[in-house]
Amino acid sequence: MDLLVGQLFTGLSTGSILLLAALGLSLTYGQMGVINMAHGEFIMAGCYTAYVTQQVVGDAGVSLLIALPTGFLVGGAMGLILETLLIRHLYHRPLDTLLVTFGVGLVLQQVARDVFGAPAVNVTVPQFLRGGVDLLGTAVPKTRLFILALAIAAVAAVTLVLRFTPAGRRIRAVVGNRDLAETAGISSRAVDAGTFFIGSGLAGVAGVALTLIGATSPTTGQSYLVDAFLVVVAGGMGRIKGAVVAAIALGTFQAVFETYSTASLAKVGVFVVIVVFLQLRPQGLFTLRTRSLA
Amino acid sequence: MSKFLTGRAGTWTGFAAAALVLFGAAPLLLSGFRLGLLAQFLCYAIVAVGIGLAWGRGGMLTLGQGVFFGMGAYLMAMHMKMADAEFRNGPGSVPDFMELAGIREIPAYWVPFASPAFTIAAILILPTAFAVLLGFAVFKRRVKGAYFAILSQALAGAFAILLIGQQSMGGFNGLSRFRYFFGYNLDDPINQQMLYFIAAGILLVVLAVALQLRRSRYGELLVAVRDAEERVRFLGYDAANIKVVAYAAAALFAAVAGAIFVPIVGIISPANIGIVPSIMFILGVAIGGRGSLIGPVIGALAVALAQSALSEQFPSAWTYAQGLLFIVVIALLPGGIASIAAATKRFRREPVTAEAPA
Amino acid sequence: MNQAALTCTNIEVEFDGFKAVNGVDLTLDSGEVHFLIGPNGAGKTTLVDAITGLTRYTGSVTKDGTELRGKKVHHIARKGIGRTFQTATVFEHLTVAQNLDIAAGSGRSPWHLLRQRRHLPDQVVAVMEQIGLDGQAETAAGVLAHGQKQWLEIGMLLVGDADVLLLDEPIAGMGHEERDRTGRLLHDIAATRAVAVVEHDMDFMRAFASRVTVLHAGAVLAAGTVDEVSGDPRVQAVYLGSVQEQEVADAATA
Repeated sequence: MDLLVGQLFTGLSTGSILLLAALGLSLTYGQMGVINMAHGEFIMAGCYTAYVTQQVVGDAGVSLLIALPTGFLVGGAMGLILETLLIRHLYHRPLDTLLVTFGVGLVLQQVARDVFGAPAVNVTVPQFLRGGVDLLGTAVPKTRLFILALAIAAVAAVTLVLRFTPAGRRIRAVVGNRDLAETAGISSRAVDAGTFFIGSGLAGVAGVALTLIGATSPTTGQSYLVDAFLVVVAGGMGRIKGAVVAAIALGTFQAVFETYSTASLAKVGVFVVIVVFLQLRPQGLFTLRTRSLA
Repeated sequence: MSKFLTGRAGTWTGFAAAALVLFGAAPLLLSGFRLGLLAQFLCYAIVAVGIGLAWGRGGMLTLGQGVFFGMGAYLMAMHMKMADAEFRNGPGSVPDFMELAGIREIPAYWVPFASPAFTIAAILILPTAFAVLLGFAVFKRRVKGAYFAILSQALAGAFAILLIGQQSMGGFNGLSRFRYFFGYNLDDPINQQMLYFIAAGILLVVLAVALQLRRSRYGELLVAVRDAEERVRFLGYDAANIKVVAYAAAALFAAVAGAIFVPIVGIISPANIGIVPSIMFILGVAIGGRGSLIGPVIGALAVALAQSALSEQFPSAWTYAQGLLFIVVIALLPGGIASIAAATKRFRREPVTAEAPA
Repeated sequence: MNQAALTCTNIEVEFDGFKAVNGVDLTLDSGEVHFLIGPNGAGKTTLVDAITGLTRYTGSVTKDGTELRGKKVHHIARKGIGRTFQTATVFEHLTVAQNLDIAAGSGRSPWHLLRQRRHLPDQVVAVMEQIGLDGQAETAAGVLAHGQKQWLEIGMLLVGDADVLLLDEPIAGMGHEERDRTGRLLHDIAATRAVAVVEHDMDFMRAFASRVTVLHAGAVLAAGTVDEVSGDPRVQAVYLGSVQEQEVADAATA
């Protein structure tokens, strides 16, 4: 019983981390079909935002509260710049966009290396998040609970924004039918920029949160990126719902698999599961426009 | 391309010139050390030819060629470690790194690699067969574009992590310190030169195979699949089969390159084959021109040369350069250097050509 | 004449609970140019998607006694069923000759495919003439005029020996002269084949249809000759409605 609860919670926790990293990615992919390989570096920027804030503010608790919105703004601003300068000029070239943003990621990593140094830095965890809580007989770290809560909050916020705000309606209109939305007077450029701002901002928030459970180095973002992408792939078509389900499923699978095997085999296992999953449900994974196949 | 270069005579002239440079000029002009470096670069060029085929002609952005390169490399390395151990301590003895790791008995999957014939067969068959299997699994389900790119990248990541976890495959440090290559002492400069000639020969063969694939009806079909996969399907072809052939050929090229890379460089480790090295294979192809035959070779050689010249003295500047090259070349010059050459020729000759890279 | 080349029985296509095609029976006969008309959303293209294996459906499609439902797209194509798309889809980076040669070769062996093409197959040369592109064998398909691309796409079905052709808006964006040429081409090729045309253009239909099936809201509203169909009050009701909408839209864009 304890073991089961423990594993389920570890799965949920791993899933929530994956989800935080993948949520923004899923949003921008769903919106524009753009694979942003620099997303990992936006996460890394969020990590360093938390680090710098703590250096300036000192108090761990206060700095975390400041760093969360700041991380959103830092990530968002970087996303906005990337979208305006590069991505918007590469529409209909998704594979090229992938490679260009990989180049951007390389540059950003090196900037971080030159500014903060290659060795990892640590952010002090605030007093109120230290230690664990007892959950059905299992000690659960508070930081993990915090990240879980943050992931839930982020999903809720994104869902609410998409559903109930005028901006969200515009985003959904453009996702549904870009040309039609343009005809209705929606500037798809502005909507794209806005979506990219939010999606990249979420990466920044994810970065801040990840400093609570691990050290920060210039390659921190990269290490989360592939897993985040797998969540988007398995979730299908940039659907938020799909990303949530996929993140939890993959997180749980990884956690359970690791208990009976090794962490490295778990990674391979995840890959195999996704390839097998594609055999069963490729529908969510390929886009097919029958009216114009060009 | 001009009629001369696409014609039969032009092809022979081109191959003759390349052979003259690779087998004549280079060994005469370059020191043993530099020739060794060139041999290493030729391995990257062999991988690049395959990527040009799969990505440039077939539209499959394979971000995971490190997997096939690594398979070929590790298979060869296993044989060389076995042969070294046998040479030192007699048949059935444990390779040195295993002794250090406390492994007393040779794992069962290592045993057949004592045989040179088995090893060569494995290098030619295993990675290709794996590519065919994986290719069928994803292409039959019409996984393509960015999804395929991400999956291939995830594969590279998983493969590197898997190897790091295997102590019996050298773990994080990989396999190194080889003494003999099929009985030839690797410390002997003559044998080093022989390895260079083998790499150069493989490159020419791979180029010839790629050229035949491009010029055949299959090559036209591959471009058709790249540009309008559904249209091909509705003409009665199974597009997945067409893609699998190019993907498997690219995998085979990468595996052979990896196999010859090991004796030339003397080490193979997960750091040579993971996500980042895999995507770096792409850079040279993009710079040289993904759609052309020779472009990826030139690009791969140029990037490798720049890397060896700059990366140790100016590591930071080299990383910036790599990143900026990705951005600038792919955003502004998607056809690579080859497209500049093609554009100037087009300007001088005919108004319309059909062979523009996409 | 009048031997059924393709028989569709009770076709139903459902998208998330919405029936895009709802119980359609359709027979395409060799020797006919059969127009499928109907307002937007009537299910015309969806029906073509179903027949060619792109969309799942219930019901039955048979050709020469073989059931096609559940077969893969390329297997259906090899049974001699060819289709075009609303946006002409040709291989833009290949020449006209290469486009047609690929279309003619779905049965080639791997050995054949791995060798270079020495000369063009006879039927490619013949079709190039038939579709009026014989002077442009070496032109990249991407630089052809809009109408020429549509002819090339039809030509690709002809060299592939398709005897059931499903053409989705083959004259979209064409001028008057091109339309007439297309119409005559359709009649030529229908001599030995069954040709189905999805179209919006009523004038074109009146000029070239041998039979018409009107779809509305996923079902067959009327079927028969041009005169029978245009005299049908239900068809007039559906079309008068959409004609008014069309005029409003035209006025808005004018």
